[in-house]
Amino acid sequence: MEQGLIDLGKYIGAGLACLGMLGAAMGVGNIFGSFLQGAMRNPAAAQQQFGTLIFGFAVTEALGIFSLLIALLLLFVV
Amino acid sequence: MADTNPITQFEIHEVAPLEVAGLNLAFTNSAFFMVLATVSVTLLMALATNKRALVPGRGQSVAEILYGFVADMVRSSAGNEGLRFFPFVFTLFIFILAGNMFGMFPYLPLPIHGVDNHGFTITSHIIVTLTLSMLVMAIVVGFGVYKNGFNFLKLFVPAGVPPVLYIIVTPIEVISFLSRPISLSVRLFANMLAGHILLKVFAGFIVMLIATESAMGLVGILPFFMVVGLTALEFLVAFLQAYVFAILTCIYLNDALHPAH
Repeated sequence: MEQGLIDLGKYIGAGLACLGMLGAAMGVGNIFGSFLQGAMRNPAAAQQQFGTLIFGFAVTEALGIFSLLIALLLLFVV
Repeated sequence: MADTNPITQFEIHEVAPLEVAGLNLAFTNSAFFMVLATVSVTLLMALATNKRALVPGRGQSVAEILYGFVADMVRSSAGNEGLRFFPFVFTLFIFILAGNMFGMFPYLPLPIHGVDNHGFTITSHIIVTLTLSMLVMAIVVGFGVYKNGFNFLKLFVPAGVPPVLYIIVTPIEVISFLSRPISLSVRLFANMLAGHILLKVFAGFIVMLIATESAMGLVGILPFFMVVGLTALEFLVAFLQAYVFAILTCIYLNDALHPAH
């Protein structure tokens, strides 16, 4: 019973932690969408901004990865 | 069920036990794959460049493309002054790339006691990535103070901000600077960990479906195709995360070179 309750909390917690990735998903989508929009208007300038694109992607994605990490820790380590 | 546990692939085993004054300094499978990555990269670069032909062959082209790729990355984000850090960034990028790629072997039967029969991703352990990112931060702070002295602290007081706002902006800049080594290491580690767990979870579906010993086993073809697709995606992630680590290193080094923004 005790262990069952702990498992229940673990799985609910992991599911809730994964919701954090929702924000990162919207952010990453926004970054690539905006980049494409800008790149279509001015394709000549797009090449130089690739580094900036990846930087923005990495910084945004990190936050989603943090919440995924909490979920994985709950599932496999706790 | 133990065989399909997706977390066992990250276990560290001792290859050659060694204990010095109560410290466990055993040579592990993690250390083995680090050595493998270093040796193979060194061999590749040494063999590819020993001819130094004017018209490069296949091997030399690989070395030149890698060199040009990293040199462009350093130049575009840290300027020509940043090129003095090119050897450091190049080493970091190649080491992480090789480490990620050696982890992508689904089956790698090496006749060594303690090394599993699959690739081991060294970057899937936070202690490895945190060591790399602390090295980066140590170089950024060390070189920044050496080159700029007290002006390095201008990093926390960006120019062009109304003085009243410094009460808020400076703590934010300090916190963002202090969280850099954590985000840099956790990004790489969590990406590799999550990707490899995902692969093993889908591979586990195949095993479980076949274990039913009924017509359901045929459905196992679906997760199989999924695993093939995910493996391709994981190769992209392995490269992209090495690239991200290297480009963030360049950006942080740029801060050390030009702290006043």
